[in-house]
Amino acid sequence: MSVMRVARELSRWVVLVVGVLLWQLWASGHHSPFFPPPSTILDRMYHLWFSGPASHVFFTANATGNLLPSIWRTLAGLAIATVIGVPLGIALGRSRAASEYLEPLLQFGRALPVVTLAPVFLALFKIGNQMEIATIAFGTIWPILLNTIDGAASVDPVQVETATAFRLTRAQRLTQLILPSALPKIFTGFRLSLSLALILMVFSELVGSSNGIGYEMLNAQNSFDLVELWCTIVVLGILGYLLNAILNGVQRLVLGWHRGARQVEAV
Amino acid sequence: MTPVPAARKARAARWRRGLTGVIAFGVIAELLGVTGVIPRSVLPLTSTVLGHAVTLLGSGRFLADLAATVEAWAAGLAITIVIGVPAGVLLGSVPGVRVATRAVVEFLRPIPSVALILLVSLWLGPGLRMSVTLIVYGAIWPVLYNTMAGLDDVDPVAKETNRAFGFSALDTIRMVSLPSAAPFIATGVRLASSVAIILDIGAGYITGRVNGPGLGAFIADQSSGAGNLPVILAATIWAGILGLVLDRAIVYAERRLLRWNHLRLAGAGDTGS
Repeated sequence: MSVMRVARELSRWVVLVVGVLLWQLWASGHHSPFFPPPSTILDRMYHLWFSGPASHVFFTANATGNLLPSIWRTLAGLAIATVIGVPLGIALGRSRAASEYLEPLLQFGRALPVVTLAPVFLALFKIGNQMEIATIAFGTIWPILLNTIDGAASVDPVQVETATAFRLTRAQRLTQLILPSALPKIFTGFRLSLSLALILMVFSELVGSSNGIGYEMLNAQNSFDLVELWCTIVVLGILGYLLNAILNGVQRLVLGWHRGARQVEAV
Repeated sequence: MTPVPAARKARAARWRRGLTGVIAFGVIAELLGVTGVIPRSVLPLTSTVLGHAVTLLGSGRFLADLAATVEAWAAGLAITIVIGVPAGVLLGSVPGVRVATRAVVEFLRPIPSVALILLVSLWLGPGLRMSVTLIVYGAIWPVLYNTMAGLDDVDPVAKETNRAFGFSALDTIRMVSLPSAAPFIATGVRLASSVAIILDIGAGYITGRVNGPGLGAFIADQSSGAGNLPVILAATIWAGILGLVLDRAIVYAERRLLRWNHLRLAGAGDTGS
């Protein structure tokens, strides 16, 4: 039984490991400038970011100067989108009239390719944290807002009537019925917003920034340093993976009770 | 007088309220600008932006850019579906393949496709090929995951029944699993569509005019000069309308293709949008 499990665990990694090995073999034979071998990329990543002093948890100055600002902006943008999107979504979801007045504007906001607003945000906020966080927050608020509205609007009416019959106060109804019922939808929104946040973080740093992963990327391209370009791509993949894993953990913690919390991926 | 059916009345009220909301938004924005609460240099007047939006429709160059964006979107989305759906069926119906590829998929998916713009533009050079490659990379995940989720959701009894009648596994996928998963796949395609628009415009914006025509190139052109904010906002309005129209087109295609499904679910409330 446990042997089977070990074999299953191993089989999960086989394709990845074999793929990386094949890439390594192919790349060392072909010397393609566009696809350097993984060993070269990992070596450079170590020197770029993780060979710092122990007092800085081995982060180099480059890592604290470029990786941390990007992470901070992503989280700040998402936090703003959440703080505005969830309460507003619940309010709109519980008021049919209000959501009907705003629906076309909301749909338009979601359909708006937020990248076209980058020049507008550049003009409004100047280059730097403000502009990047504004772009991320503006772009990521729509999935959170619309999914929260959907979740709050589709609370079982029988449950709402029951809650009223039991004379639950407004606050109690909100925290004990509406919010828990809307949570699965809210998490669907979070998941969409998370991947969008990374896209917008990179995009805004490519367009206007003086530090960050996107900025480092642009420098690497300008000096035709493809190994460094690959390093930034890999580190973004790792960052996305970690953020997603954290979200999954929080979701399990918060939604463990939810019977219908099946593993339906909404991406 | 014949009484208006309640559903139609409710829909009319929705339209009225929606329109009121849009107009109110425009009027408030205009008033904030006219009274100077928001300086015009920061946010141009609604009327100025709308005026530019109308003028843009007379500009051949803008229309060519708009058409080029739709072209890249369509090409990218078509390739995404052609690759993503079969891959999702393979991963969703053969457990071994799914387990073995999970690690690869989980490492590839979080890489934001915008991050690949610079690499792909060096590798393939700017142009439609670059845009389409980026679109496919970014848009394939929702299609892949939703196809897999749809296959997971198939009624096992229906599959077993089909098999008991002697149909092969491939026939069962074609006759039972795919039709049952179709609404999930359609949702995946809608998500993929909005990713495709963002990536096409984003790639054009970062690479600039050398990437060929497109809304991204248009906005890159405009943002290089000062004082073009109203034109950029006007183009943004058209980009948003384009996003809405393409989304509606997919919903419409879904309803046509999956008419049987909507009939089946007619009692279960609105499944659209």
